[in-house]
Amino acid sequence: MSTHDDELAVTEPVRDPGLPEHLERPTDVDPAQARRSERQISAMFGIATLLLLGFCVSYFAIDKNETFLGWSATNFALGATLGGAMLLMGAGIIQWAKKLMGDHEIVEMRHPVASSAEDREVVLKDLNTGINESAIGRRPLIRNSLLGALGALGLPAVVMLRDLGPLPHDEAKTVWKKGMRVVNDVSGTPIKPSDLEVGALVNGEPAIMYETDADGQPVLEGTALLQAKSKAAVIMVRMRPEDITPAKGRENWGIDGILCYSKICTHVGCPISLYEQQTHHVLCPCHQSTFDLADNGKVIFGPAHRPLPQLPLAVDSEGYIVAVSDFPEIVAPSYPRLAHDQKKLDEKS
Amino acid sequence: MTDSEAEYTNIEDTGLGKKAGGPVEWLDDRLGLATISKKNLRKVFPEHWSFMLGEVALWSFVVLLLTGVFLTFWFQPSMNETVYNGSYNPLHGLVMSQAYSSTLDISFDIRGGLLIRQIHHWAAMLFVAAMMLHMLRVFFTGAYRKPREINWLIGVGLLSLGLVEGFAGYSLPDDLLSGTGLRFVDGLLRSIPLVGSYLESFIFGGEYPGDVIIPRLYMAHILLVPALLLGLIGAHMLLLVYHKHTQWPGPGRTEKNVVGYPMLPVYAAKAGGFFFVVFGFTALMGAFLQVNPIWAYGPYNPSEVTAGSQPDWYMGFSEGAIRLMPNWESTIFGFTWSWNIFLPGVGAMGLLFTALGAWPFIESWITGDKREHHLLERPRNAPVRTALGVAGMTAFAVLWIAGGNDIIATKFHLNIYTITKTLRIGLFVFPVIAFLITKRICVGLQRQDANRILHGYETGVIERTPDGAFSERHAPLPTPNQYVLTTHDRLPVLEAPAEADQNGVAAPNSRSAKLRAKARHFYYHGAVDKPTVEDVHHAEEHLGEIEGHPVELGDEFQGVSETGVPRVH
Amino acid sequence: MGLVVAGGMYAAFAPRPANAEEASSRDIAAGRQLFLIGCASCHGKNAEGVLTTRDNNYGPTLVGVGAAAVDFQVGTGRMPLAQAGPQAPRKDPEYTEAETRQLAAYVASLAPGPAIPDSEYTDYSKTTVEQLRQGGEFFRTNCTACHNSVGAGGALPGGRYAPTLVGVSAKHIYEAMVTGPQQMPVFADTTITPEDKRNVIAYIKKVQSQPTYGGLAGGGLGPVSEGLLTWIVGIGAMVGFAIWIGAHGARVKKR
Repeated sequence: MSTHDDELAVTEPVRDPGLPEHLERPTDVDPAQARRSERQISAMFGIATLLLLGFCVSYFAIDKNETFLGWSATNFALGATLGGAMLLMGAGIIQWAKKLMGDHEIVEMRHPVASSAEDREVVLKDLNTGINESAIGRRPLIRNSLLGALGALGLPAVVMLRDLGPLPHDEAKTVWKKGMRVVNDVSGTPIKPSDLEVGALVNGEPAIMYETDADGQPVLEGTALLQAKSKAAVIMVRMRPEDITPAKGRENWGIDGILCYSKICTHVGCPISLYEQQTHHVLCPCHQSTFDLADNGKVIFGPAHRPLPQLPLAVDSEGYIVAVSDFPEIVAPSYPRLAHDQKKLDEKS
Repeated sequence: MTDSEAEYTNIEDTGLGKKAGGPVEWLDDRLGLATISKKNLRKVFPEHWSFMLGEVALWSFVVLLLTGVFLTFWFQPSMNETVYNGSYNPLHGLVMSQAYSSTLDISFDIRGGLLIRQIHHWAAMLFVAAMMLHMLRVFFTGAYRKPREINWLIGVGLLSLGLVEGFAGYSLPDDLLSGTGLRFVDGLLRSIPLVGSYLESFIFGGEYPGDVIIPRLYMAHILLVPALLLGLIGAHMLLLVYHKHTQWPGPGRTEKNVVGYPMLPVYAAKAGGFFFVVFGFTALMGAFLQVNPIWAYGPYNPSEVTAGSQPDWYMGFSEGAIRLMPNWESTIFGFTWSWNIFLPGVGAMGLLFTALGAWPFIESWITGDKREHHLLERPRNAPVRTALGVAGMTAFAVLWIAGGNDIIATKFHLNIYTITKTLRIGLFVFPVIAFLITKRICVGLQRQDANRILHGYETGVIERTPDGAFSERHAPLPTPNQYVLTTHDRLPVLEAPAEADQNGVAAPNSRSAKLRAKARHFYYHGAVDKPTVEDVHHAEEHLGEIEGHPVELGDEFQGVSETGVPRVH
Repeated sequence: MGLVVAGGMYAAFAPRPANAEEASSRDIAAGRQLFLIGCASCHGKNAEGVLTTRDNNYGPTLVGVGAAAVDFQVGTGRMPLAQAGPQAPRKDPEYTEAETRQLAAYVASLAPGPAIPDSEYTDYSKTTVEQLRQGGEFFRTNCTACHNSVGAGGALPGGRYAPTLVGVSAKHIYEAMVTGPQQMPVFADTTITPEDKRNVIAYIKKVQSQPTYGGLAGGGLGPVSEGLLTWIVGIGAMVGFAIWIGAHGARVKKR
């Protein structure tokens, strides 16, 4: 280190002139100024105390429904008094330090961060002694069996996490079934083809979500309902039949221009219903994947890879729109076994 | 140092000493306080505004702890359904999770609850922002160099934990926005090759959304991550105390010392006062600026979404990466690989934190610098580091903008596809441009510094020679200023490594040596060295001649500005 | 480009039975006169639509679009179109209310189409709490994806956008739902009943008239504006304070 510094001394073009002379502050030399600062700082603390009292008064005096400037009056009054008080206290303390506290910068020498050579030596020696006395080197059987046990300790830690959740299953399935009606989301009313005119959009759900069992209890509720919804929600649109270019085998999946697609984006699963009725495009508000509903849900922009799965439609005996089957393609975001599951689905159909 | 100490009275002679002597002695008998305090009560901290950015992060964390404790008194981390019948009328009678309903209660039925919620949210966003700003300060001044690499790594850990902590908190209220965020996490988990479905099922306790994710995130948000943060913050501060703070170079400020105000009273007052300022200001933000109005979003429902769904700002870069990514997905060995989510989601985050963590070691490998550094480096004197930093910031900014591309499209009436396509290219082009421009500026500033030493500064005094020519008079820069401009290291001599020894045997690690030589060339190329001793000597003689000018400028004179106002350096 | 968009518009106005229109023949005649002067150049003398040489729609046919479409397009100033663009923007209406009524009467007389809604379905003052909740659910399911959860609007592809719902009258919101102007899909009375529509309108109006409890709301843009405020206001102020704390302050010259 020292040789290095000697070199520096020669090569440095400008010598260190040393710490500049200390200059006094106005408050150091003028008692009147100092007294003024003192008054100023105490005034800050005084106002802070008043504001804090104001906080307590506001807490009890202001009705929680009252508004001020179109804002909640309680929130404003409590925040402004608390914030103002703390800001004044902080500013006062800092001003005190700046104006009245000792102002001499002092110098502290640094010490090398590393330990001294002697310290290192002592520690190494102690470490060696300790290791020798433990005989860990001479008795490898003990060492290795302990390492084995410690390694095995990791197993319970991992195994215990097994019950965090069930193994993944039925990822390819939704609650849609052959003959299940497409109903309007929220109201749960079934839909006839004549209810949709060209340009129409219906945010739909499978009818099972609004069904009740013999006791009048909903078939699906709570978590099960949310899980079903997060895969089975659909959008149903009607366009002029001549605008549609169905893929092979999909010619009769619609009803006079009425098509039904999964509402769950194949990218990361945002519900997607930004439907443009003239371009027949639907945009995902989360990451802007865009699908062409007139062209089998094809991806035309954005990060989604798989087309929006289409639900084949038919009309039941009462004239309501129903699904012909579950989705022939897998809905929701991709997962590792998707290709495998899709192959199985294709084989089944 | 000694004369400043003389100004203080011995503690036994003060009123405090007489009164507190007993208890203090009692404590010292049991804790040995004096030995610990001896070195630290008057510990010196150098003063500069940029040294206080980390403090903003620290104090916002304290604000978060205090307000967070308040919120836990009422928040119910449960996804069980309940019917809302609180004060917020438009949602009356709606079935929602207890998490959402209790957050509504905190906002509308607990007095001051909305304020504390808003302070908590603002402080959280400020916490991450201050950490990043602090990190940029440390980066651009080279404060992470030996012996502080470990503290830099702790800082990187703190930042990454801060993101996790923030995201967990954002997801707790179970409103439509936070649920949309969780839906994204679900998609992200599923995209992880081979094990995605298992991770999803274990973390969500079954199929998305399940009924355990909010209680689990709550545990992480109020226990696991804060405990880790607290531990790392403690280690960060201990190392700071042990290493002593870095300082800017200046007269009397060397690698061997630290110059500044003592911890007691000045630094303690300033730092303590700053805590009140941070708390006070976040409280004012909570009073004046609405944040995350969960009541407007409605409860989470997997078939609902709102336009303008974004995460909080610190996840914006990740969101932007996801939006910019092309739709790559492939099937390999019968498995689906969702590159379109995995690469930007896990990859971008991993790349950022790996690059940050590795940089101090990469740099010291390039420069071969193994010395301790306690003096900061001005950004201009490390042009490539500075330029790389700005390039990184540019890439971050591009991703950040991409994360808000829908808002930009509506606010500025632009085509959202055009924005996305432009930013896709921009992500690769803009950082390069930023690198080149920044490096140029740094080198230009280095040249200007050298000129100011060698040719003095422009006084603004115009002189006319007897034959009528006009020139501006230059005067030598005061020595302290000259000193500041020359404290940095001289550029090393770059030489190609020996490719083979005398016997013609290839050097053992010649490939890495070659790579290192290239990196060194890249790192140092184009930088301007500081003037040599001879240069300065010449300059002094040259400027000295002018000093002998018939018209003396005087000691006090330090030049005039363009408007004729006398300047002070 | 604008021509194509304007042209595509007719798809929205497919025929559909309407309530009996109570317009006097005088209104229809006056409307026809206004139509010939102000609208016929694009939509044709008999509102049959005008094709360009490339068979694109210059102005779509208005036969069967109904009075509701006219009242919405003209009443919100979207028609007459000032200039070609990705989408017709809302602006101050060119026609008075009486003139709009006459134009609507004329177009409605051409063929049946959606009528201007009864005030029964646009008067949301008597909405109950349950109806408000129901309206909110319909709103979040069908509308917020494009129009945002407080109706602040949102982006669509190609420079198009879902406009803000702030300051739009109940009647115009109703007409937009029932006619599906421009890219907006049709939400017909068969799938979302007139009562449901009134509840949706009530929810929109209620949400927009709510106080912004927490203070300045940043335009309802959510986390993007909050992030900007964090950096500009929060970090800005903190750096300001840090500079103040670190500043050396006034000094007295040597004595």
